[in-house]
Amino acid sequence: MKPGMLSNFLKRGAIWGFIALELIFFTVAGEYLSLSEKAFMDVDNMLLLFKQSAPIGIIAMGMTIIMINGNIDLSVGAIYAICAIVLLDSMTWPIFAGLGDMVIPVAWVLALLAGVALGALNGLIVWKTGVDAFIVTLGSMLGYRGLVFMYNGEQPTSHLNWTLVDFAEAQFLGLHTATWFLLIVTAAIWFLMNRTVHGRNAYAIGDNREAAVNAGIRVGPHMMINFMIIGFLAALSAVVFYSESGSVNPNDGELYELWVITAVVLGGTKLTGGAGSIISTFGGVLAIQLLRKGLAHIGADTETVNLVIGLILIVVLFLDRQLNIKGKEELKV
Amino acid sequence: MTGQTPALRLEGIVKTFPGVRALDGVSFEVMPGEVHALMGENGAGKSTLMKVLGGIYQPDEGQIIVGEQPVVMRSPLEAKAKGIVFIHQELSLAEELTVAENIYLGELPRKRFGLVDWAKLEEQTNAILSTLKVGFDAKTRVGDLSIANQQMVEIARALTVDAKAVIFDEPTASLTDAEKVVLFDVITDLQSRGVGIIYISHRMEEIFKITDRISVLRDGQYRGTLQTAETNEEDVTQLMIGRALDLSRNESHHELGEVALEVRGLSCGHLFRDVSFEVRSGEVVGFYGLVGAGRTEIAETLFGLRDPSAGQILLSGQEVRIHSPADAIAKGISLVPEDRKGQGLVLGMNCRDNMTLPQVDDLKAGPFVAEGAEVSIFDQYRDRLDIRTPGWKQLVGNLSGGNQQKIVIGKWLSMHPSVLIVDEPTRGIDVGSKSEIHNLIRDLAAQGYAVIVISSEMPEVLHVSDRIVAMYNGRIMRTFTSEEVTEDNLIQAISGLGGDRAA
Repeated sequence: MKPGMLSNFLKRGAIWGFIALELIFFTVAGEYLSLSEKAFMDVDNMLLLFKQSAPIGIIAMGMTIIMINGNIDLSVGAIYAICAIVLLDSMTWPIFAGLGDMVIPVAWVLALLAGVALGALNGLIVWKTGVDAFIVTLGSMLGYRGLVFMYNGEQPTSHLNWTLVDFAEAQFLGLHTATWFLLIVTAAIWFLMNRTVHGRNAYAIGDNREAAVNAGIRVGPHMMINFMIIGFLAALSAVVFYSESGSVNPNDGELYELWVITAVVLGGTKLTGGAGSIISTFGGVLAIQLLRKGLAHIGADTETVNLVIGLILIVVLFLDRQLNIKGKEELKV
Repeated sequence: MTGQTPALRLEGIVKTFPGVRALDGVSFEVMPGEVHALMGENGAGKSTLMKVLGGIYQPDEGQIIVGEQPVVMRSPLEAKAKGIVFIHQELSLAEELTVAENIYLGELPRKRFGLVDWAKLEEQTNAILSTLKVGFDAKTRVGDLSIANQQMVEIARALTVDAKAVIFDEPTASLTDAEKVVLFDVITDLQSRGVGIIYISHRMEEIFKITDRISVLRDGQYRGTLQTAETNEEDVTQLMIGRALDLSRNESHHELGEVALEVRGLSCGHLFRDVSFEVRSGEVVGFYGLVGAGRTEIAETLFGLRDPSAGQILLSGQEVRIHSPADAIAKGISLVPEDRKGQGLVLGMNCRDNMTLPQVDDLKAGPFVAEGAEVSIFDQYRDRLDIRTPGWKQLVGNLSGGNQQKIVIGKWLSMHPSVLIVDEPTRGIDVGSKSEIHNLIRDLAAQGYAVIVISSEMPEVLHVSDRIVAMYNGRIMRTFTSEEVTEDNLIQAISGLGGDRAA
């Protein structure tokens, strides 16, 4: 066995080991602590878990490529809320009144286009101004959220379309619609990052930007495309979730960016870019959802859940650093 | 070679930076199928010239002619498209990607819909790798390779295009002997295909082994071209260092005291190995070698910035372990770092605060900083080192390089060290201030400090040192006293040539 292989294996497989650990812990602890009679590892419960992972999970796929690219996007929660409003409100617009249920695809397309446009705006600013993506999207997070409140004040925007709800609640081959979307997005993004020139260049840019520039890779357009993709996915996440719920509060999607980043980081994507895996992000999303659900199962309240997840995140990053530390001759900074 | 068109020709290239004429009318040419060495001391203008060729800098005057066409290259990519490939000394690789992806970075073969053509990529890469006879394949992750193999990946990039001229910048710096043989085979192969090769190296034995002609730069000026077959090392060395430089050696010797610092068999991974030397108080020991020879790393280890993997450090005969810079300062070791502006000073702070930075924790009047004590420390060292500044309120960013360096030196003197390490003390400092700094270093030794001077400038090392340690590739090749050192034997020692090794 070559040196470094063990630590590599630990790093790549860690998230799945963590998930297994969670399952065992909650199953055992659930026997003693749970108020409900149902076992934790129940089929229905697990299916629900997949479905509930979808809103965060779909965005997390986009965040993975953004972070591999060496950027970050804090505005996804706000984009999510805007797209939800576009989706629900456009169905009530008078110009679409004659369409009947055909308004549904129109509303979807509008919502998705809104997401792509907002993402493109982020990407364009990052590209053309050279300002750090953290600052740009911090600004757009506040700005986009402002738009949400300008639209309808503190009031929720509601529109329930029963055809839409039926579609969203449908189960195909046992899996919910939202789960299917999550799986399809995961597969598509995996394909994008591993099989296309765009994806490989995104890795190269995040890994060694100077080398990429010297090799003639145009950094800006790649970053902009990735911001458009994450905008699209934030919108898709909103489409999937609000098709079912039918009502959006102006605060919806707040802190989503942090949950998403937590999932991506748990999945092992480097904060500095260049390394990360879509499949591991999928694991990170499941791990967080399991933790939330499992802690609720054994009777912990929301505050405890947040505390535990925060602690785990720090421990994971600490372990990652320990595994990555190179030889002792490294310059101490 | 008459009658042939040069593969690449430079005519009267001039490049100036504010205050410096880095290249002054440099002309030279490379024939197809020729290996042309470019030599010169550190700072002679080789890398500037290569950056002009590689499209990173634009020349102020002069022409670059590829084949028979004058060309203008605005970026490394344009240079590559014109057939000029630059193999950098510093690696420019994406570590998380595979070898194949790195070799074809920016030019991945595509199928429809922007998909990567993995089969073609792997096939082409393995074809290139097989000519390089390396022990890894296209799918290996670059981060898992040794530095030498990473260098081979960098070299493989030259083989992806139909190159007219390939520039190798110190390609063997991190290669083993076996890998060098392969590299030279690659160069011979390129030669037979009519590619012109510019080979930059300090290693005489390589130059004489593989090159056809040698061009020499000194102080940004072209100094002539020699036929390798008709010349020898002495001639080249003479051309490189010239006679105009002040190479006077240090004549005066101070009363030497006890051994202040002794190092026995110190090693730090691959950075340097088995380094032993001693410095007495009152003595200046110069460390001379090429960039990357491991001199700065030794200083960093002594200052607690790196943990040694083997060996002992003894201060005044007592073995010590130095874990951090704070530790080193407490034990009386101070380091004036290489990068004055980045590592030595806080440019946005005033002179007084910079000078008292390491001891501000101790300068307290109750809970507050004792400003009066700070000012008196500053005044003391301003007078002692003759620092010219309007007052302590002046921001150090506004001082000249020489005065900035004195602030850094004053900062450490105020900590009362016994060993003072000075890394590249006069880098970026004008000639007048240079000799002032040199005199200061001599004075400090006279006052009983043990001083280590690390420098890449031969006149400087010769001028200030009582003894000179020549380093090559992480090892001490030889230690000279100022009586026995000559330019020639010093250059030979740092190029890894001859030089009876001192124990």
